Amino acid sequence: MDKRSEMHRREQRRYVIGYGGSLLLTGTVFTIAYVFGIETKGVYLAIAMLGLAQLVVQLVYFLHIDRRRSSREDLDLILFSVLVLLIIILGTVWIMGNLAVRMHTYPM
Amino acid sequence: MKRAPTHSYPGLNLGRRHASADKASEVVTFGFWVFLMSDLVYFGLMFAIYITMIDAQAGGPGPHDLFNMTSIFAQTLILLTSSLTVGLAMLALKYNLPRWRIVFWFSVTLVLGICFLVLEIRDFMDMAEKGGIPQRSGFLSAFYGLVPLHGVHVAAGCLWLVVLGIQLRVFGLTDLVMSRVVRLALFWHFLDLIWIGIITIVYFGGLTYG
Repeated sequence: MDKRSEMHRREQRRYVIGYGGSLLLTGTVFTIAYVFGIETKGVYLAIAMLGLAQLVVQLVYFLHIDRRRSSREDLDLILFSVLVLLIIILGTVWIMGNLAVRMHTYPM
Repeated sequence: MKRAPTHSYPGLNLGRRHASADKASEVVTFGFWVFLMSDLVYFGLMFAIYITMIDAQAGGPGPHDLFNMTSIFAQTLILLTSSLTVGLAMLALKYNLPRWRIVFWFSVTLVLGICFLVLEIRDFMDMAEKGGIPQRSGFLSAFYGLVPLHGVHVAAGCLWLVVLGIQLRVFGLTDLVMSRVVRLALFWHFLDLIWIGIITIVYFGGLTYG
């Protein structure tokens, strides 16, 4: 077997691992939701964490973003965008939530 | 781990065999990443609106009345699988496999994308039947601002697949076409990432806090 097809196989395995990992995480999320119900905050926290893990798995295995030097520029771009995003989302939720509490539309 | 050979730009790349195409798409691919990230900020805003609107149901139907989680599960699996198949198309291109392999994986991706859209539209129609229309409440406006936005992206991706399929046939594997395939793969994987955000925040979050 020559080197190219060996590399091809390795990269293909990478995609399949990513797919398997994502399937597993998706299955776990829906199983948790089905078994425990989705009413409590603890269950939702678990679901959110698994969602986060799935994002990381797909970034690494599908989009090939990792800490290798060659993908560092992209990682910087992604991290900066995520920072902007977190400021937007958390800021919005914080301000609007605070406003709702002050307007007595939301129980403390 | 062994170092992969040429990685002239981050993320997906075409490899040493297609060095000229790789070089040509270095800048555009980074630019495409910048586009994806600004799209991400757009989606982020819609997520923020949705989160603040979860309680604004105005007595209308809420998440428990409207969401069909079986269909969401199916849509998730379909989109996930299509992310794998677009990756395999990308690999078929990178390793110079016969062109039918690329076309085959493209077709599978297209079919999966269309299945996803059909299921999603069916869900929206079910919701509308139960009174869940955008103008009913702030919650529903936010929902219809966010989830169909992702659907429109998927539809654009499907159109892109068709156009690229035609270009593959007409122009063959030119550098430009190859670099477009790389960007399509990036776009498609990105849509899968957004979808994970949607099931986590819109669907599960809606059911928990709505």
